[in-house]
Amino acid sequence: MDAFYHSIRFDSSRCDGCMSCMRACPTRAIRIRRQLACLLEDRCIDCGECIKACARSAIEPLTETLANLTKFACTVAIPSPALYTQFDSDITPGVILEALRRCGFDDAATLSWSCSAVTRAIEYFVADYRGQYPLISSFCPSVVRLIQVRYPELLGQLLPILSPREIAAREAKQRKSADTGLSPDQIGAVYVTPCPAKMVSIVDHPGMERSHIDSAVGIGDLFPVLAPLIRDVQRSGGKVPELETAAGLGWAFSIGLPSSLPAEDTMSVWGLPNVVRILDDIDKGRLSRYAFVECHACPEGCVSGALTVENPYVARARALRLQQSLAKRDPVDEADLRARYKRGEFGTTAPFDARPPRPLDCEIAGAIAKMKERDRLVGQLPGIDCGACGAPSCGAFAEDVVVGDIDEGACVFVRERRIEDAVRHLAGFFDLRAGSGGALTGARS
Amino acid sequence: MAEAEVVRTYEVQAGDFSNAGRASTSIKDTLKDLGLAAPLVRRVAIAAYEAEMNIVMYAQRGTMRLSVTPTAIVLNVRDEGPGIPDITLAMQEGYSTATPQMREMGFGAGMGLPNIKRNSDELTVTSEVGRGTHLSVRVNVS
Repeated sequence: MDAFYHSIRFDSSRCDGCMSCMRACPTRAIRIRRQLACLLEDRCIDCGECIKACARSAIEPLTETLANLTKFACTVAIPSPALYTQFDSDITPGVILEALRRCGFDDAATLSWSCSAVTRAIEYFVADYRGQYPLISSFCPSVVRLIQVRYPELLGQLLPILSPREIAAREAKQRKSADTGLSPDQIGAVYVTPCPAKMVSIVDHPGMERSHIDSAVGIGDLFPVLAPLIRDVQRSGGKVPELETAAGLGWAFSIGLPSSLPAEDTMSVWGLPNVVRILDDIDKGRLSRYAFVECHACPEGCVSGALTVENPYVARARALRLQQSLAKRDPVDEADLRARYKRGEFGTTAPFDARPPRPLDCEIAGAIAKMKERDRLVGQLPGIDCGACGAPSCGAFAEDVVVGDIDEGACVFVRERRIEDAVRHLAGFFDLRAGSGGALTGARS
Repeated sequence: MAEAEVVRTYEVQAGDFSNAGRASTSIKDTLKDLGLAAPLVRRVAIAAYEAEMNIVMYAQRGTMRLSVTPTAIVLNVRDEGPGIPDITLAMQEGYSTATPQMREMGFGAGMGLPNIKRNSDELTVTSEVGRGTHLSVRVNVS
């Protein structure tokens, strides 16, 4: 089992151990040790909730800087549809794409075609699918990781279709290679990402041997560079090519559910706590009459990713407005697409693998013994999840103790009880002496 | 030395649909924390959920007791309720006494007991009409 690569780093000069990130982490992957946050790598799913929670900007996403893009002969920016929602409504996607070309990228490619293509590919796949239901969307990398880590029994229900961003990167490289005569290896596809999870999926992509995307820049990092360039584009007054279709814009908050499926057979779930509830229900066999569930780790989909800048509700409203203003034209040629689907161009190329976190013990008997010990310890803890020990809950702390990560005395309540016991022990010792002394006194009088 | 065993007990209230499924989620989480294999966990999770919903829908109250040893997962489910007059009939797929209201909520397809049986290695059902029902579900670990 390989260790996970993660896209975040704690800056120890800024972290003051305030526990905000530890409390915000939905998978309980953060501990505070010696007043600094640290990561339990086997549990982190790169959702970015810790980045959102940190008031001191002490958690840095390991995205690329623009200066590092020179290693490719040619770079193509591939913005997440969430990027278009980060600017005022009068700034159209065409202007943003032009600004991307001016800020150091050789070209910018959209997800319009690949989003539509993927929606069709889902339809084709669902039509022939005979496995367990519901199928679960696999485009949010945090959801995929959550399933790898915590719900390995559901891996077979993850949709084995590549994400639009991967397909867009592959197509953009082929197109650019044909245009320039460069080999596809010399062309860098750079995703403009709303979240750290999509950065991680470049290095370690479940369902693929190797990602077609080479690098990622966070929307938040790019925003201050892009904003003045956008003003330049607007001021220059020249016509810029506009998006020819609204296709794909909705993916900023929801994937395009296949129209072949009745709406009542599908479900859309946003926000990790809700995703967890749905996965729990799927686990219990409760939702097998649904055909398809789309799951997003972020509460409003990609527009609320940890690396975005705009209020997600405003961003979502803008996405809807953009959809209204652009043509509804479907950019996909059905016959061509079906042929390409049959050739396997949209399917994942590797299985989704299980990545269970470190168990209590490798042997079941040992794990049972440790769980009993954990249960015993939990019974002695106050159960108020105060966090002073550096763990997000008394249960998590008890687990840390039984696996040997920390001493029980790190709990202030355990420590207080130890002191009280010691005092009582000493007091008993002195009482005994005082008692015998008293008897002596009595004998004297 | 006695064999290592983890025990969890849960009280399940009838009609408490807002908390329905919590016991089976906790049972599933316990098995995952123990590092048990995913297919095994799923079988127990499905059986536990069906048993829990049977209490919520039909009984007055009940308890679920999970025992995990290195060789087996045993789930004992006892309820105080109407009991099952004809167990053989209740074990048939599609047989159900669910009310229209329960069916509206997606239950009552007559898959409860058959589903538990399908997901267990051993199932014993004893029931007394007017008193209650006892299920003993065993899933072998190795």
